[in-house]
Amino acid sequence: MDLLNNLILGFSVALTFNNILYCLVGCLLGTLIGVLPGIGPIATISMLLPATFVLPPVSALIMLAGIYYGAQYGGSTTAILVNLPGEVSSVVTCLDGYQMARQGKAGKALGIAALGSFFAGSVATLLIAGFAPPLAELALKFGPADYFSLMILGLIAAVVLAHGSVIKAIGMIVLGLLIGLIGTDVNSGVARYSFNLPELIDGLGIGTIAMGMFGFSEIIRNLESGEGEREVFTKSISGLLPNWQDIKQAAMPTVRGTILGSALGILPGGGPVLGSFSAYTLEKKLAKDPSRFGKGAIEGVAAPESANNAAAQTSFIPLLTLGIPSNPTMALMIGAMIIHGIQPGPQIMTAKPDLFWGMIASMWVGNFLLVVLNLPLIGMWVKLLTVKYDYLFPAILIFCCIGVYSISNAPMDVLLAALFGFIGYTFIKLEMEPAPLLLGFVLGPMMEENLRRALLLSRGEASVFFTRPISLTLLILSAILLLIVVSPAIAKKREEAFQE
Amino acid sequence: MKIGHQKDFWGGVLFAALGFTFLIIAKGVPGVPFLQGYAMGTPARMGPAFFPFWLGLILFVIGVVIAVQGVRQQGGPDSKFPKFHWRPILLVLGAVVLFGIILKAVGMLAAGAILVFIASMGSRDFRWRQSLILGVILVIFCALVFVWGLKLPIPLCPDIESLQSSVGFCRG
Repeated sequence: MDLLNNLILGFSVALTFNNILYCLVGCLLGTLIGVLPGIGPIATISMLLPATFVLPPVSALIMLAGIYYGAQYGGSTTAILVNLPGEVSSVVTCLDGYQMARQGKAGKALGIAALGSFFAGSVATLLIAGFAPPLAELALKFGPADYFSLMILGLIAAVVLAHGSVIKAIGMIVLGLLIGLIGTDVNSGVARYSFNLPELIDGLGIGTIAMGMFGFSEIIRNLESGEGEREVFTKSISGLLPNWQDIKQAAMPTVRGTILGSALGILPGGGPVLGSFSAYTLEKKLAKDPSRFGKGAIEGVAAPESANNAAAQTSFIPLLTLGIPSNPTMALMIGAMIIHGIQPGPQIMTAKPDLFWGMIASMWVGNFLLVVLNLPLIGMWVKLLTVKYDYLFPAILIFCCIGVYSISNAPMDVLLAALFGFIGYTFIKLEMEPAPLLLGFVLGPMMEENLRRALLLSRGEASVFFTRPISLTLLILSAILLLIVVSPAIAKKREEAFQE
Repeated sequence: MKIGHQKDFWGGVLFAALGFTFLIIAKGVPGVPFLQGYAMGTPARMGPAFFPFWLGLILFVIGVVIAVQGVRQQGGPDSKFPKFHWRPILLVLGAVVLFGIILKAVGMLAAGAILVFIASMGSRDFRWRQSLILGVILVIFCALVFVWGLKLPIPLCPDIESLQSSVGFCRG
């Protein structure tokens, strides 16, 4: 039983006192930012990157991963109690969760969300443990041409599955690829686009871009729109444990949500947001009486909440096996790995089995901690929701600034982050979603390197991408995906699906 | 010429301009000293200009397509060029820039408090006394967590030799 041995190895790493502690810190921080609207995991993970420098790589990654899936738990609390999504992935939970709260069933909704998430998280952890090794083995057979095509597929899938305009998202990715090339070219030693600034010769840090585009620009946007009155249900939270009938009603939606979420999480470009939306739509389609949805249906909480948690976890699969991020947060995790001297890719599993399996085991530990801790702590999270944004945003701002500075002790990075804050704000104002840019940024240098190697091996023949079977398959898949979205009939349906 | 969808049009123009910038810097313009360009190389031996040049071209084309669509399309009232709220933009980003410039000279305690104070002015109901207190609390918290707790090398005090060597807490 290889799997069993591996899991034992993983738990022996994850269950050391220190790693449990960092997992706990990550989960608590994740829940905190998940609860608070206006700050997401991208900004938080980049803020905390420098704080993990003192930790061993395993502990650092365990903590950062905890922030990510902890945020999915926290997001639902805000959605249910305030009718505001704490995270994008809990937008649909607002629909029925808030209605349940208004009917005095807030405790039940929170309980179902937490238990559903725990179930989904446990299943997804097992899936990672089962799927990752064969995928990593397959990935070891990949040549440079195959890798290049795989990245093309990943980027195109990210565009297709995201909502909004396809062509704008492709543009955003290409811009990200270009920004990723800023700095010294490893092959020729030429400092590209550095304008003689010493800070740019090493290239831009992913933290600088992420904090500018997702931290600063969000703050400005929140300030300009002002704060609406929040109606927080603080008093009537009791009876967190659902009764037998609730469980029966929520069981199948939870299972379906978990399956759907896990599948969509693995896909490049998938992730918690897509998972929760699709699970909600599916439940509504399957329901005998769809009109109950939007009026406090328990299925409408159970399915999307388990789906987003499952997807948050399975999106680690492409990261850990192929070294390719499937969403912007995973792009940041790659950045974190590189800072800690770990080259992401299929070799992690064999070269650093303790890190690989330790991280996987910690996810289950983290999910367990989240259920045990969060249900009793809900009162505290609710109090936090009453903190005014006027006190919150200066805190976020100073943490971001210190975070940007500390990544390489460079004041220039703080100025660059401000610049990216303005760029990000402009993009949002023009209705161009900036998130795909981060994916491109991480993949830019990798794509160039693989393209260079592939063409070098083929003596400049571009046909190499079409003669290698793996590469050809991946490119055909990309073409099909692209054709699907571009064809008008399906484009219309896709629009409808996202409308819901 | 009437632009049907102003947001799309300007978004496209922005992409095209950025794409063109990357493209022209990679390719270079003969005779212009600051635009010497990088070596293009051949497909078999890609130079540093090869990948960014083609990506820049793709971005330029995408931008042009979006802009042209923006001109032709009939957008609703939502498609008008958006209003930029300069007050929070300037105060928040200005405070950040100032923080970056003065951090090494005056130290994090002062720079952080100034950052919090100026940025707070970007809020609609700004009260100077609260912001001042908030700034003090936040810098103390950051000093405790980041400098003393996590041992990050952030200067706390002004860059004055005698102060930094004699006052113990400045050394973190």
